Amino acid sequence: MASQTRQRRRNLWIYAFLMPTFILYGVYTIYPIVASYWYSFVEWNGFSAEQRFVGISNYEAVLADPLFWSSVRITLLFMLVVAPLRVFGAFFLAILLNSPRLPFAKFFRTVYFLPVVTTTAIIGVVMRFILDPGAGPVAAVVGWFGLPPVDLLGDSATALVTTALVYVWKFFGITMIYWLAALQTIPQDVYDAARVDGAGGVRIFRHITLPMLLPFLLIITVLTIEDCFHAFDLMQTMTAGGPFYSTEIIEIYIYRWAFAASIPQLGFASAAAVLFGVLVLVLVALQGWATLTSQRLRSQSTEKGRA
Amino acid sequence: MSTLAAQRRHDPRAGDGTREPDDGRPAPTAHAPRRRGWWIVALVLAVVAFVWVFPFLWMVSASLKSPGEIFAGGLNLIPETLAWENYGRAWTEGRFGQYLLNTVIVTVTTTAIVVVRCALAGYVIGRYRFPGSRLVIGIFVATLFVPTGYTIIPIVKVSLELGLLNSLAGMILALGGASNVAAILIYAGYFRRMPADLEEAAIVDGAGFLRVFLRIMLPLSMPVTATVGILTFLATWNAFFLPLVFSSTNPDLRTVSVGMQAFVGENSTDWAAMAAAGVISILPVVVLFVFMQKYFVEGIAGAVKA
Repeated sequence: MASQTRQRRRNLWIYAFLMPTFILYGVYTIYPIVASYWYSFVEWNGFSAEQRFVGISNYEAVLADPLFWSSVRITLLFMLVVAPLRVFGAFFLAILLNSPRLPFAKFFRTVYFLPVVTTTAIIGVVMRFILDPGAGPVAAVVGWFGLPPVDLLGDSATALVTTALVYVWKFFGITMIYWLAALQTIPQDVYDAARVDGAGGVRIFRHITLPMLLPFLLIITVLTIEDCFHAFDLMQTMTAGGPFYSTEIIEIYIYRWAFAASIPQLGFASAAAVLFGVLVLVLVALQGWATLTSQRLRSQSTEKGRA
Repeated sequence: MSTLAAQRRHDPRAGDGTREPDDGRPAPTAHAPRRRGWWIVALVLAVVAFVWVFPFLWMVSASLKSPGEIFAGGLNLIPETLAWENYGRAWTEGRFGQYLLNTVIVTVTTTAIVVVRCALAGYVIGRYRFPGSRLVIGIFVATLFVPTGYTIIPIVKVSLELGLLNSLAGMILALGGASNVAAILIYAGYFRRMPADLEEAAIVDGAGFLRVFLRIMLPLSMPVTATVGILTFLATWNAFFLPLVFSSTNPDLRTVSVGMQAFVGENSTDWAAMAAAGVISILPVVVLFVFMQKYFVEGIAGAVKA
């Protein structure tokens, strides 16, 4: 009896501890996820309280909008450019920076990490200066080579690649730290043993470093791809989706319809948001499946190795 | 470092390592070129590093140039004159004094809220089984990857209905209530690994649930608190989407990242003041980063190891 009371009191404390998160998370994360579904079925301009239920017509409208599909394509393309560059580029850099023989390794880590901590929206504006075809330093470098001035952000043919590369630069340091953390999980004595056995740098890399890092490849790829869905800040401040919608990722598409339009179409934007959420979910699920599969394969191969 | 020394000891041909031939001739031994190889790598990395930080150097330099000098273009990083008045224009006309204050208020309060609520939630999730605990964890994990673009419309609607849309408090609550699942999971993992005898001894001494948490668990979790605190601070300082939407009807609520946008829109010719505004906005986080580097790096690295 006494222990039951204690148990009940303990549970009360537990729920009390969870209360702040329940309230804040419920209001600002869980409820919005659910509400997005509801909004996507109504017609609503955000000014009036009136919300008219319109069934799936918002979805029909979104799916019929070529610009929505263009934003999906741009979001995925952006991911395809950014993720491999970040994952493999940062891997290469981390290998170099992890070497005890490299002079000033610590200094380089700090420098390459620096863009990560700076405010993305400000970087967006600074990059507009840097890439300005009239007065920016990039234009000056192009001028040295006697080439005609280029407007990298103003030309719809180059804008997406340019913003993607700036994005890679901005967040490269995070992926680098991921890899450095992964490298540190390899115990030093494994290397020492290999060296005593006479293995050279290349062989140690191929037969020890690479296999031991393989499990991290998936985790780091997942984290990096997930990151690619948070490109709004940089894209909105650099190009705001332009020119001619060539850099309009889905978040900018949603923002444009919900907040930047003179007559907001919140129902329509919500339908786009829900579809975006589904896309993210599908990708995350695919990655989860890939992770599990690779883990299963790995444990199978170790068992075979033992037998 | 120690491996390098060991390597030298093992290989008599490597010499003492101090007499690197610097004249470009092929080195006479098998190992010397490799060591020089690392110096070449360092040189290449240094050049890349210069390009890497060039946008920052350029911004600082532009913030001190006269408007005419900026438009003359070029790569010159050293300004002819030091035009400190750019900072004055950014501070008063650009209202970056106000925006900086807003940013500090929003960031500090949001960080405090997130740390407190994540520590509390992480503690009970990591340490206890209770009715519904599986469900709670399940919901957290399911919402780990929610993008802001997905939830922003209902957040604005809710804030409007609560009368919070036109206040810093509304912005703070929205930022502090957004997905911070990673922080909760980091706390939970840390508390789970703490040895049980610590709290058992305290319970024998008659300490209750709250006392155990406040006196024993919380003080021991300082490293996590530092990590979560700094990462939240950084994310909030740099936040753009939410502050943009929350301050769209009230310019007094702008944070530095939104203020920069507005400034560009209104004064698109005053690049010098814009660069100064950028320096004002970025400097605090860079300084924080330089001093707290260890925690940033540990926090991010923790995401991989977890």
